[in-house]
Amino acid sequence: MKRLKPVDVVIVGGGFTGLLMAKEITARTSHSVVILERGPGRKNGQYSAGMDELDYAVRLRMMQNLSDETLTHRHSAKANAVPVRQYGSSQPGTGTGGAGEHWGALSYRFGPEIFSLGSELREKHPGAKATENVTAQDWGVTYDELESNYWRAEQMLGVSGKAGNLRGQKVEGGNVFEASRQHEYPLPPHKTSYAAALFQKTAHDAGYHPYPLPAATLSQAYRNPDGIARAGCAYCGFCTRFGCMIGAKAQPTNTLLPLLEHKKNFSLRAGAQVRRIMHRDGKAEGVSYTDAATGEEFEQPAGVVILSSWTLNNSRLLLLSKLGEPYDPSTGKGTLGKNLTHQVSANVRFFLDQHLNNFMGAGGLGFGLDDFDGANGFDAAAGMLRGGTMRVQSSGEGPLIGFGRIPPDETKAQWGSEWKKAALKWHDKSTQVSFEGGHFPYRHNYMDLDPTYTDKLGDPLIRLTLDWTDHERAQANMAIRVSSELARRMGGKVGEARGLGPRYSVTYYQSTHVQGGTIMGASPDQSVVNPWSQHWKVPNLWITGGSTFPQSASGNPTLTILAMTYRAADAMIDRYFKHAGALA
Amino acid sequence: MKRREFLTVPAKGLGGLLVYSLAGEVTRLQAQDGVVHVPLRFFTEAEARTVQAAAARIFPSDESGPGATEANVIVYIDHQLAGPWGSDKYRYTKGPWVESFPEHGYQGKETPQEIYGDGIKKLGEEFAALPPAKQDERLRAIERTTFFQVLRTHTIEGMFSDPLHGGNAGLIGWQLIGYPGPLMSYRDEIEKYHGMPFEAKPKSLEQVLGRKVQGWEDEK
Repeated sequence: MKRLKPVDVVIVGGGFTGLLMAKEITARTSHSVVILERGPGRKNGQYSAGMDELDYAVRLRMMQNLSDETLTHRHSAKANAVPVRQYGSSQPGTGTGGAGEHWGALSYRFGPEIFSLGSELREKHPGAKATENVTAQDWGVTYDELESNYWRAEQMLGVSGKAGNLRGQKVEGGNVFEASRQHEYPLPPHKTSYAAALFQKTAHDAGYHPYPLPAATLSQAYRNPDGIARAGCAYCGFCTRFGCMIGAKAQPTNTLLPLLEHKKNFSLRAGAQVRRIMHRDGKAEGVSYTDAATGEEFEQPAGVVILSSWTLNNSRLLLLSKLGEPYDPSTGKGTLGKNLTHQVSANVRFFLDQHLNNFMGAGGLGFGLDDFDGANGFDAAAGMLRGGTMRVQSSGEGPLIGFGRIPPDETKAQWGSEWKKAALKWHDKSTQVSFEGGHFPYRHNYMDLDPTYTDKLGDPLIRLTLDWTDHERAQANMAIRVSSELARRMGGKVGEARGLGPRYSVTYYQSTHVQGGTIMGASPDQSVVNPWSQHWKVPNLWITGGSTFPQSASGNPTLTILAMTYRAADAMIDRYFKHAGALA
Repeated sequence: MKRREFLTVPAKGLGGLLVYSLAGEVTRLQAQDGVVHVPLRFFTEAEARTVQAAAARIFPSDESGPGATEANVIVYIDHQLAGPWGSDKYRYTKGPWVESFPEHGYQGKETPQEIYGDGIKKLGEEFAALPPAKQDERLRAIERTTFFQVLRTHTIEGMFSDPLHGGNAGLIGWQLIGYPGPLMSYRDEIEKYHGMPFEAKPKSLEQVLGRKVQGWEDEK
């Protein structure tokens, strides 16, 4: 083990939050910052040869290599877990930029009640059956406290959209259910595909409140407050699971890395797999890592450690480092690994008579409606306390993913002449209404280290114990009912509806929005980090990302992750660096 | 090292000489005699013949347009199996190997190369020489196997992936479905073609960029 020269700050993970912390710290202090990134190094603008559906959308070339490291899953604490051998209900990224390189760029704010969901459920639904075993809790930070940081994140990314609630005034055409915003979006909404326009009109005529999806794929050329200039989106359709060819999609490599690359007090080491956080007597001393190429082992001493790896890896590293008390579902004691959530997904496919040109689009292009989101989804008869958001997106679909979608009454054949004829007839004529619902945290859903399976270096994999309850099934069933009705109103022939099924499945993609494990809260006996993202018991250890979210919201989490990271950076720079110690 | 094997395919499959309308109708077909010998990376010639024949029953060449044979789907499959994906370089392959719920996906030990090896044996040595109805009968018998599901997926991929991967010869698959390929921009088209197809002569990634692009399977 080679011991390296100490640095002021070491950051584990070169994704969105790691780079944002590095950018803020190096811009506002003279501290030395090193990022250790396990994956390959990436630069801005190297994606021109990446417009290949097979390698990127099917073989998932930008994702974590599962032969090196995966996760295991079981449905209950009584079962044995098995490894997720191939992708996968979520798609973790790797390399500089992480999943922020291949995200769809949907940029939602969470509603105010998400930050106080524990109190909200206790007050609104005392004793409700659906809240049994729900471990939702307040974050210790409110939406109003976070609002200015949401705005910073929106400006940094260049979010395109339309406000529906501007300083408390409802604005028609925007999302009238969103929380009050102080500013209109930095950029106007995207251009609209036929499918999204049809959904917008139909939902509006049905009395709902459709809004253009907020997206960090620029609707026009834009220069952000950091001076980063990027081109407007060309709707090429190679977006989610791809790096953007022209930099229209906000990615860590095109919004943050250019601000860091030439800084003398910054460096990024790619291929550095961090394996332990070194600590003694309640103080982090640095990290140890293995060089992926040579196998050589290093110790990197540091004054501050920031854990900014992907959600599950944050928990895994703390567990491997024996830092914190692992959560025990049988007693409810311990906080590390607690409140694992995913998101509730459902979708309804529908077929139209005309071509949709589904290959055009952008990750976040489309219209959504929140008329059934959050508390709007309350349905006592169905046992449902909170719903979710529905949308029609044209995020760019190539023929490998899209070929072979046939209405169920057309033919049962899956191959051969009859199938081929039907598949050709219906090709590019269907799309779907998709649903994303917030997922309650439960006593029984958590993560710990797997006792059997290990990564390529021999360290235990993270184990997810996770299953759906009747509440999530009610959310999905509601989504299918409302979506099917909207699909019929659009003149569509309704095809396959996908809900949740009897058990959680890792066989198909749901979202990469796995959250929890190192959660934030108002007290150390209920959470791992305080409301500034600082570890309760180790003040020089900070944690960023979705792992700090005590519950999931229906909206995509990246914008909230970035807003929380700005808040953490401010607290670290303005307060912690001046008086090192636990923030109160 | 194994003996170099070649597969003989019709030259027209490589030439991009077939043009199909969006509806899948042949609008121009310039037949060409002669054949090309394609070097195989993974299969023996006999194995390639079997897989080629099976792919041709999954995506047949018929009155609705060309199929797996013309698109050289077999070359695509051969390249994928020879590449890192074929030997599970990106899949978690540590034991213990246990059976689980269908919700945990394929938990088998066999690599794609091995799955094909077993599947080809099940189809039988004489498969390629059987009449189509007999071939269909044998395929129906294995419809639920992992091999068949992988082969079906591969056939679609070989039809419609970028030609840099060896299939979709002459962009025949993209012509068949009216897919324009990886064009750089639809800024002026996305709101114009509402409710009607955007028809353009397809371009491969190499044609769009003006340079060669290597597939993942070709990287060392």
